[in-house]
Formats: sequence, C-alpha cells, structure tokens
Amino acid sequence: MSSVIKTEDLTYTYSIGTPFEKTAVNKVNLDIEEGSFSGIIGHTGSGKSTLIQHLNGLIKPTSGKVIIDGEDIWSKDVKIRDVRFKVGLVFQYPEYQIFEETVYKDIAFGPKNMGLPDDEIDRRVKETAELVGLHMENLYKSPFELSGGQKRRVAIAGVMAMEPKVLILDEPTAGLDPKGRDKILGQIKEYHRQKNSTVLLVSHSMEDVAKFADKILVMNKAEVFCYEDTPDVFKRADELTQIGLAVPQITRVFLRLKQMGIDIRTDVYTTEFAGKTILEYLGKRGDGNA
Amino acid sequence: MNIWESGVTAMLKDITIGQYFPGKSAVHGLDPRFKIIITGVFIAMLFSADSFYGLGVGIVFLIISFILSKIPFRLMLKSLKPIIPIIIFTSVLNIFFLDGAVLFKLGFLKITDQGLRTSAFMVIRIIALIMGSSLLTYTTSPITLTDAIERLLSPLKKLKFPVHELAMMMTIALRFIPTLIEETDKIMSAQKARGADMESGSLLQRAKALTPILIPLFVSAFRRAEELAVAMECRCYQGGDGRTRLRQLHSEGKDYFALGMSIVFLNGVILINILTG
Repeated sequence: MSSVIKTEDLTYTYSIGTPFEKTAVNKVNLDIEEGSFSGIIGHTGSGKSTLIQHLNGLIKPTSGKVIIDGEDIWSKDVKIRDVRFKVGLVFQYPEYQIFEETVYKDIAFGPKNMGLPDDEIDRRVKETAELVGLHMENLYKSPFELSGGQKRRVAIAGVMAMEPKVLILDEPTAGLDPKGRDKILGQIKEYHRQKNSTVLLVSHSMEDVAKFADKILVMNKAEVFCYEDTPDVFKRADELTQIGLAVPQITRVFLRLKQMGIDIRTDVYTTEFAGKTILEYLGKRGDGNA
Repeated sequence: MNIWESGVTAMLKDITIGQYFPGKSAVHGLDPRFKIIITGVFIAMLFSADSFYGLGVGIVFLIISFILSKIPFRLMLKSLKPIIPIIIFTSVLNIFFLDGAVLFKLGFLKITDQGLRTSAFMVIRIIALIMGSSLLTYTTSPITLTDAIERLLSPLKKLKFPVHELAMMMTIALRFIPTLIEETDKIMSAQKARGADMESGSLLQRAKALTPILIPLFVSAFRRAEELAVAMECRCYQGGDGRTRLRQLHSEGKDYFALGMSIVFLNGVILINILTG
C-alpha cells in the first residue's frame, strides 16, 4: 500500500530563545499507509497532540518535513487549506467548537468551506449524521439543546462530513461513560470501513487502541518509541510498562502468569484472544500430561 | 501564523496592559495604595505642566522611578506599542491644523511653528503618561492592584457603593484573561481544521469569519462563570462583609517618603508654571 502521510525528521520546539524552550516533537520519521487504522498512545506531554497538529498544517515544524500524498505541505505551491480538507482533525472535547443555530448547519460548516454544491452538502450531512447515530429530528434542533455525548457526535460528524482522506481524532472518548465510549469508537471504525479512509486515533486507553487499531504508534518523551502492528507492539509489553504506559489489564494478567513460571504467550490484548490462548495452553499441557 | 491571526492573539494579550514583571526593587516594594496615589500625582504633573520645562520635571520624576524599578528598557518601549496609532493621529492633527507662523506649505497642508511645538508637547505627554501607568502595572501584580483599589475606594461603602464586589469582579476578570486566550487559540485551531478562512476576503467577510470563534468562546465563558459561581457558593462566599485578608497592606516610612517626593515634584511643576507663565 502507498503511504499517505510521511514525516521526515519532524521537529518542533516551543518558545525558542526563552527560558521556557521545550522540544515537543523530536526528529519524528513516520510513514502512514493509506487505509490503515492506527492508534497513537503516550503520556500527557509526550508530544501526541503537537504531532497531530503538524499533520494538517496547523503548526509549522521548526525543522523537518510533512509530506501528504507525496507533496511537502509547506512548499510554495501547496495551499494549506486544501491540506486541511485532506486531513481532518477532531480536537479534544470537540463539542466546544460548535457554534451554528442548528445541528445541520454545524455539520455543514466544513463541507461548505470546501465549496461543495448544496445537494452534495445535504447528502454528506445526512449520511454522517446517520453514521454517528443522530436522529433526523435532531438535525434541526439547536446543538446547545443536546446532551454532552450527542454534542460530541455532532462535532465529530462535522469533520467526517468533509470526507477527509485521513481522519485524525484526539481523545474522542475523553469524559464519556464506557457505553458512550464504545459507541463512538464503533462509529469511527464503521466510518473507516465505509469510506476506506485512513484513521489516526489518539488515546490514553490501551484497551481502546488495542481493540480498534491495526497499528500502534507509541510516543515517549517527544520521540517515536515504536510504530508497529498491534500484536508486535504488545509483544513488547514489558518495555511499555517500563516507560510507564499501562498495558491492557488482560495483557497484565498474562505477563504475571509468565512471571509465575507458566510458559504462555504474552502478546494477548483482547479478551477473546485471551480465552483462546488459555484453552490452547490447557490443551497443550493436557497433551504433555497424557 | 499570519499577520491577521497573530494580530488577534496580540490584541487579546494587550488587554493585560503592561503585564506584571516580578522583581524586588524599591518600586516593587512600595505599598500599592501609595503607588496608585503617586501615579495620580504624576499624571497631575503632566497635565498641569504648561511648558516644556514643567514637562521636563515630570519626566525626571519618571526616569528616577524607572531606574529604581529596574524594569528593562525594552519592556517600557513595548508598553508604547499599542498606542502608536494614537500618537501618530494626535501629532498629525496638531502639526497640520494649528495656526501660527507657516514653515512649510504643500497644497492645502501647512506646517506651522506652533503646530510643531504643540504636537511635540502632546506626544511627549502621552508617552510619559503611558510609561508612568505601565510602570505601575509592571511593578504591581494585578491582584495586589485590585486589593489596593478596593482599600482606596472603601470610603465609598458608606454611600452603599459595592466596592468589594467591584474589586472581586476585577480580580476574576484578570484571572480569566490567560484562560480565555488559551481557549481562543484552541477554538481557532479547531475551526481552521474545518477549513474556516480567516485570512482572506473583505473586512466584512473577516468580521463574519469571527462568528465561529466568538460564539463558542462566549458559550464557554458563561459555562465557566456558572461553574465558578457554584464553586464560590459552595465555599460560602457571601460578599465582602466580615471577610479578612491573607495579605494585609502595610504602609511604612518609605511609602510616605515616596509620596512626599512626588508632591515635591508636583510643586516644582507648578512653580515653573508660575515663573514662566
């Protein structure tokens, strides 16, 4: 598959020349494949948010390049606004950016800025509203009448309706209850499947990322710790724990089992797979005993 | 960042005219109530002066306070930046529209000696005025400043004027300026990510482009206000009556000395007025 986002030695330093100088992103080299679903995890302050704001040109790197669809986005002949339509970014707590009189208009804000014809805007608004589970009667309500979870979905739909090639979401589930969390993540996965787009999901929760992402990018201290397929990342669960990241609870169970001297694989990160692994292990042991 | 955008953020940051510059100088250590009064006396010096000599006395006073405060010179210059348009406007008006001996003429525009003199006088006065009041805000933290204002206005309580409430409002407003700036930055980024165009178009279009920023900003400001009100009520806040203070304001000999000095300078200005008048 071809790469859709590439970074070359991407570096960003805040407040250069003052005592508050701090490198938030240090020499990051990434190559994100088209159509992939990647998770980004790391501590608060590990540079995740700064990194993703580079990918749609909201922040200009101190040094290094961001290449989208083979074009350096800071070269003279690229319009930065077009980059933003190609790479949609949903910020943390996106419901605070809602401003229109009706839900419909707010979702239509992005597509309208793209200069799309009205019927196309209408199609996109209705399609994304349905995708994120908003009822049609809600479309003509004021967004400020909706509940917190619904507002969040309106805001996410607002970016999805631009149908960006790459959709980046910064902690889309922060502050939601477990049910709302699963619902939104499921809808994002559905969008990924339907539109065949590339998705980058920033999250604190290893469980969420493990469940939905094909690949995981681990950021640590402004640098890329690793960017690998999900199973491979969890093979390094020991190292992840060392840099202070909480691996999924189920992985911790298996790590502990291994420590107790049980010969079992530890790259387990979903409960389904855990069940299978245990049965497999028991079967193997049964064979050995027999 | 382009010019328009940095202009908006700069505009927001300028609201905190002359942000506090922490230090331990003699000026920093003065009682803030006295500092406010002395600034008042200084302004009186500038406005009572009717000649360059009088103005000079005021400026000597400013320079002495300025040296004592140990504030870097470039910070003082920075405080002048927002008023550059006003300075240009006043000087242009005065140069071209005052009568007197004509020095230079071009079409209907003429420059007179009186015009030049008045315009120089006004410009010096404005610059000194802004520098003097910035010195106050550079050397006094906003919170101490509102404390002092509350104390200075306390006699008005007898007239049922809500002095404490006014001071509390000022404190809260100051406290939330940085928060709101941060919030504005965030909302701007979010709208730009949705393709909001704040960089091109006519003035009207740009003003309209601010709606997606202003509405969420207002919504969040009201939300914060409500949360803060509840939090204050939970801690039994009920206004100024019977409240004691963590930091008491103390006046000492040096405060009276500083005030005395400023009055001596003011008298100097008045004396010069009489002598030259």
